[in-house]
Amino acid sequence: MTVLYAKSHEWIKKNDDGTALIGISDFAQHALGSLVFVNLPEVDDEIVAGEPFADVESVKAVSDVYSPVSGVVLEVNEELLDAPEKINDDALGAWFIKVGELADEVELFDEAAYAAICAEEE
Amino acid sequence: MELIFEKSKAGRSCNLLPPCDVEKAPLAAEIARQKAPRLPQMAEIDLTRHYSALERRSHGVNNGFYPLGSCTMKYNSKINEAMAALPNFTDIHPLQPENTVQGSLEVLYLAEKYLCEVTGMDEMSLQPAAGAHGELTGLLLIKAYHQANGQDNRRKMIIPDSAHGTNPASASMAGFSVVNIDSAADGRVDLDALRAVCDENLAGLMLTNPNTIGIFEKDIEQICQIVHQAGGLVYYDGANLNGIVGLSRPGDMGFDVIHLNLHKTFSTPHGGGGPGSGPVGCKKILAPFLPSPRVIKNGETFTFADAPQTIGRMKAFYGNFLVVVKALTYLLTIGGQGLTDAAEMAVLNTNYLMKKLDDIYDMAHHEISKHEFVISCERIKKEVGVTALDIAKALLDYGIHPPTIYFPLIVHEALMFEPTETESIETLDHCAAVMREIYELAYSNPEALHAAPQKACIGRPDEVEAARNPRLRYNFE
Repeated sequence: MTVLYAKSHEWIKKNDDGTALIGISDFAQHALGSLVFVNLPEVDDEIVAGEPFADVESVKAVSDVYSPVSGVVLEVNEELLDAPEKINDDALGAWFIKVGELADEVELFDEAAYAAICAEEE
Repeated sequence: MELIFEKSKAGRSCNLLPPCDVEKAPLAAEIARQKAPRLPQMAEIDLTRHYSALERRSHGVNNGFYPLGSCTMKYNSKINEAMAALPNFTDIHPLQPENTVQGSLEVLYLAEKYLCEVTGMDEMSLQPAAGAHGELTGLLLIKAYHQANGQDNRRKMIIPDSAHGTNPASASMAGFSVVNIDSAADGRVDLDALRAVCDENLAGLMLTNPNTIGIFEKDIEQICQIVHQAGGLVYYDGANLNGIVGLSRPGDMGFDVIHLNLHKTFSTPHGGGGPGSGPVGCKKILAPFLPSPRVIKNGETFTFADAPQTIGRMKAFYGNFLVVVKALTYLLTIGGQGLTDAAEMAVLNTNYLMKKLDDIYDMAHHEISKHEFVISCERIKKEVGVTALDIAKALLDYGIHPPTIYFPLIVHEALMFEPTETESIETLDHCAAVMREIYELAYSNPEALHAAPQKACIGRPDEVEAARNPRLRYNFE
């Protein structure tokens, strides 16, 4: 399954059944530092490409998490609510939401192109 | 240091009252407490020693420099406290008949009039308890206004990324959806970005001016015009008023509603010494919606009244009354010219300290600042691994309270200094010398900064653990 990245540091993995998982990148978790709280949407919420659908809080700041696609929330990873540190431990494994009815998406980058974006930001 | 619960010894107490010599009138069984509350039991002397020890471990403006950006930690003159301690202000009850508290009502009335004059607003409520509470109140006025005009669709609140940090949460609480706009390259509101998000659903714009990097939004009249033309209202966050108070007025710039922080700009204690007070002022169009009750003057008599379409109460009774007494004392002590002088001195102090550091530290901008300036430690972090947090911790060892860190978010590794007008040139020179010494240490011995503070009684609390698993009460087991 290929992982694609948005410029705003979220990843998306598209499944064969037309759904997708969304999380934040390892670069993002590293830049944010230890996460202490995550605020997730609810199942059936509509999300819009390029607009915030969740927020994460570290000891430094609260940051919005932007959706790479438009769609409808099918599942929410509630484990993260009690254990936001999982995002720090394994950013690519710690999906935030599973989305269906995928529509518009923001510009997405493959791993190499995304690494170049991160290198530029650093 | 032991907690007060750990010092508690069963049976000890402070004998404040003589034994009761009248028959006891017990509460009804169904409401009477069955078990005694688990309060610490101590003699008065041990109690005062406990709190004195805590006081020695804390740092306030009475202990040293406290340049906490965006918080305006100016000195709070003792005369404010003396006035607020007058028995005619302290020994009254909020439900006392109006004719017996005319003086206190006059304090509220006068404070409102003066603060309206200073800000260019028409009417004001002194009820909100603090800044973010004021934001919520002001936003509810905007919401009520649009609803009264049959435009309940107007729920979009624009907030620039240079706005005060609490704005998005307040807008969300008030039922608005927040639209962030990025600032332009010069750190100000990007007019094109603003125009692009103005439409028929626009409720308003929240703006902090001077903004969080300390610069004045020079296009403010145009900004207000753009929002007004789209049918929105403009909200002024008063967090940074200290940079312009007595020099320019939000009302004249085009703002429709504002909140003030009496515990910042108007010299009442901030933080533990509070409580705060966040009056909300507005133009005439919003006055019908102001919280209840308000104080009005009928001939020579002061009385409470409700605004015709009031949003209701925002707080029990009349706000934090004694804080208003302190702020009014401040206004009457320094006067109109004094306010102007204070703002000018605050701006001068800010730019003086900034100039003393800008050859080694990277500033967020190189313009004249208003009330605060922001350093970015990003380069230092990249070069030697010393972070804004390390520098903040090191300042503690020099008896200086750290500036605000990691805010605003638009500046990476931010240190945000606000010296205020009450600091002397010696204090500013000392701070500059300390900051230069820390800079040299960062490059000569970065390990020392990672290990800072050495002299503080608490070094580096585990912030992550405290946020993830807070222990909010004493564990008796």
